[in-house]
Amino acid sequence: MSAFGVVGNLGQRLLALAERRLPALTRLRAVEALPIRLHRRRIYVLPSLFGIGFAALLLIMQLGALNYANNPALLLTCLLGAAAWMSLYAGFRCISGLELSAIQATESHAGSSVSIRCRFASSTRSRPNLRIRWAGIDHAFAIAAGPPTETTLELPAQRRGWMHPGRLKLWTDQPLGLFVIWSWLNPEFSVLIYPALEASPPPFPFDGKRSGIRMARNEGDEYSGLRDYRSGDPQRQIAWKASARHDSLLVRESERLIQDDLHFDYAAIRGLDHEARIRRLTAWVVAADNAELGFTLELPDQCIGPGHGALHRHACLRALALLPDAH
Amino acid sequence: MRIDQRQFNLLAVAALVALAAHLVRLPLWLAIPLIAIAPWRMWSRSRDPKPISAWIRVPLVFALVFVIFNHYGNIFGQEPGSALACGLLMLKILESERVRDARAAIGFAAFVLMSALLFTQTMAFTLLICLSLVVLLAALNALQPAPILTRNLFASELRTAALLLGFGLPLALAAFLFVPRLSSPLWGSPGAFEDARTGLSETMAPGSMTELLIDDSPALRVHFEGKVPPSSARYFRALVLWDFDGRTWTRDGWRPQNSLETVNSAADEISYEVTLEPTNRPWLPALDVPLETPDRSRMSRDRTLHARNSVDQLRQYRVRSALSYQLAASLAPLDRRRALRLPKDFNPKTLALAKQWRSEGSDDSTIIQAALDRFNASFTYTLSPPLLGRNSVDDFLFDTQAGFCEHYSSAFVVLMRAAGIPARVVTGYQGGWWNALGKYLLVRQSDAHAWAEVWLDGRGWVRVDPTAAVSPARVEQDGSTAGAGAAWNPGSWLLEIRNRLDVVNRMWTQTIVQFNALRQKSLLTPIGISNADQGDLLRVLACVIAAFLIITTLWVLRSGRGRKGDRLDLAWHKLQRRLARRGFPVQDDEGPNDYLKRIKSRLDNDSTTAALEQLIRHYIELRYATASPKDADIQAFARRIRELKLPRAVNS
Repeated sequence: MSAFGVVGNLGQRLLALAERRLPALTRLRAVEALPIRLHRRRIYVLPSLFGIGFAALLLIMQLGALNYANNPALLLTCLLGAAAWMSLYAGFRCISGLELSAIQATESHAGSSVSIRCRFASSTRSRPNLRIRWAGIDHAFAIAAGPPTETTLELPAQRRGWMHPGRLKLWTDQPLGLFVIWSWLNPEFSVLIYPALEASPPPFPFDGKRSGIRMARNEGDEYSGLRDYRSGDPQRQIAWKASARHDSLLVRESERLIQDDLHFDYAAIRGLDHEARIRRLTAWVVAADNAELGFTLELPDQCIGPGHGALHRHACLRALALLPDAH
Repeated sequence: MRIDQRQFNLLAVAALVALAAHLVRLPLWLAIPLIAIAPWRMWSRSRDPKPISAWIRVPLVFALVFVIFNHYGNIFGQEPGSALACGLLMLKILESERVRDARAAIGFAAFVLMSALLFTQTMAFTLLICLSLVVLLAALNALQPAPILTRNLFASELRTAALLLGFGLPLALAAFLFVPRLSSPLWGSPGAFEDARTGLSETMAPGSMTELLIDDSPALRVHFEGKVPPSSARYFRALVLWDFDGRTWTRDGWRPQNSLETVNSAADEISYEVTLEPTNRPWLPALDVPLETPDRSRMSRDRTLHARNSVDQLRQYRVRSALSYQLAASLAPLDRRRALRLPKDFNPKTLALAKQWRSEGSDDSTIIQAALDRFNASFTYTLSPPLLGRNSVDDFLFDTQAGFCEHYSSAFVVLMRAAGIPARVVTGYQGGWWNALGKYLLVRQSDAHAWAEVWLDGRGWVRVDPTAAVSPARVEQDGSTAGAGAAWNPGSWLLEIRNRLDVVNRMWTQTIVQFNALRQKSLLTPIGISNADQGDLLRVLACVIAAFLIITTLWVLRSGRGRKGDRLDLAWHKLQRRLARRGFPVQDDEGPNDYLKRIKSRLDNDSTTAALEQLIRHYIELRYATASPKDADIQAFARRIRELKLPRAVNS
């Protein structure tokens, strides 16, 4: 294991050196705008480890056939060698002309994974056994002939903020595994990773700053319905009598809270470090949005809201994700 | 990465295919467990995917080496080596759980397949082995992680493998032609093929030729220059047996060439080329009697040809022979004594009979005739004769009176010697089947024959075939084998077909198996290099392969260029190009609807606009209103574009 580690480390250092010295020869350094079409000038081919072993085997077989002046055996090795060579073309055709047309990512929080959808343009031929190696993750997929295809790969979202997955290696060793054919893609793509959610956050804070609760709809209607208690619902709203009948806490729904009934203040959270506060705020924002409550988010340098809905939620999460690190 | 059950099953099948190529030679007790390993592991793996522990696998390897050493007495050499390779391959299957293992196993399977060709080099077998490569490559392809899912995955993998082999064929043939052959082996001697191959044996005892006579594999093929001798003159001498110990005839050792028996009236000379199948023995059969010695061989005193080394590969040689001749005008006293010597206290009745003939005052030719008449009168020809006792010739002549060529020639020579006529036994081949298509004579092992030569004053050694007196068909009939009238009869129509098919085998032998360093040298004669050395060959190989690679590479690169989009896009672009030629190039900012509108506004041919409108609407529907258009629809669309007639000229 350690030996592999050393070799891997050495390999990386060599690669770094090569890239520094010979930028044109190694990889495409600049970020490229989508779509990216793979043409022959950016497709590289080398025999795989198995390919080298196979070549050695072929050489031994050839020597044996020659030594015993055994022409049928020689014919067999020639055939095998020719087929192996043809597999290079098959693999090249598999990658050549491939076009990465779009990349999209789903919303994700740090500590989980982010699903990235890569969309490939329509293709006249089918391209099986393609692989992507991106940010340390391997993903295999196939593109059938015909309309555009999408493939989804999961990258680990390690920390909040902008994630730049960087270069991705699109490669294949189709069809026999003898040659590795690859191309480096550096698509113009980054994804904002929202902060992690605190696992079990405390209920929403209600402090003196809140300006009161207003009824959302027709005020005469005492309660138009009941729903299950969610963490963060004010105690006043709990329908105690109904809850007693149902063995679970129920909340009067008609009293919909709007506007600035919730106020999440970074400064008001005490006893936690910077990241833990962000996690708690994130959990509150997500919970409040799920509960369709309005809220205000107050951060050290900005105040968002009051507001509610998806846009508000994203604005808040974005602000939280981009908060500078603690000093 | 672990392989799934399907990949494993295919791997096991590939290993079984490689094993099958060796099955004939493996002992049964080894073959059955080896075969059983694959299905067993397929079954056990599907139930419990846990890998097999090294505590089981490693002892199995040792056990394998042990049993092979025990059985063959060695683990090197071709037979034990290939058995060991088969065993190791199957044990490798047992431990193949990851893609890397599986790939190594398939590479090894290819090696095992190839080693099968060390033993058999017939065309059918070679083709079979080459076809097996399809399965191996398909198994290799199946190890890929994300195939296009189709209804029959295995079929598509087989197709991929077959395409690779098919496209590789020209390259393979070029490499085969120009890879420089070795003129001498790098290691070992090619004579490593020690296993008995059937062929004429050095000695002749009752029953020693039986196996040969029912073996209808080809022994030699003869290509005549000029006229073809009649069947009754096709006696290929291989060995002359002088010494008899009462049971077995043995041959004379090789003696210096300066005492060759002379050939006097060599009037009817004939030149021919013989292609001899490997026999592991040095004899080179030649029509009687050869006048010259081919390369790498020598002629024994009694004018039979011997190669310097055993013939362990196909061997071709050219000979000139005399068909009517006088062999050894005078007989040296030493030779005369040897040609008259008989073992003491054997065959008293035979000796008495010969003495009686001699005492009746008959001359040599009368005695010969009397012996032949005797055979002709009451003897029968059979390949399964009764067993003979100590006095084998007595038993044969007076008791059983049934046998085949070795009995007749042996008894005849003993009779002659007893009567004072110098005589000897000759073994070789007689007859053969004339293949009119390939214009060559096919001589099978079953054409092996034994006859006699007697020395007559003034005529030298004269060939006498006592078997012909009993079974003339044996000698005169074309293509019939020794089995005529015997218990063994392979069905003549089948043999006839096989005889005719032999022309293919001969082409195979001549073009592929026989292709050696010498032939390769003359390969480049058409382009002006008459005696190519290895450097020339390598250069030509490099040129041919480079040319091939450049062509294929260009083709592959081209095929990836300019073809953007799927088939529907291709059809649509074709329509755009056609319209552009008529003066309607599509604008960059124009969608199909605007394009159509513009064309309509400028074109007043109603039928064309209507058709065009239909086509473009069809495209819009296929492209924008369908998630994945059906192949049939796209093809119909492309066809309609091809069939669309546009007005010839449009003024823009």
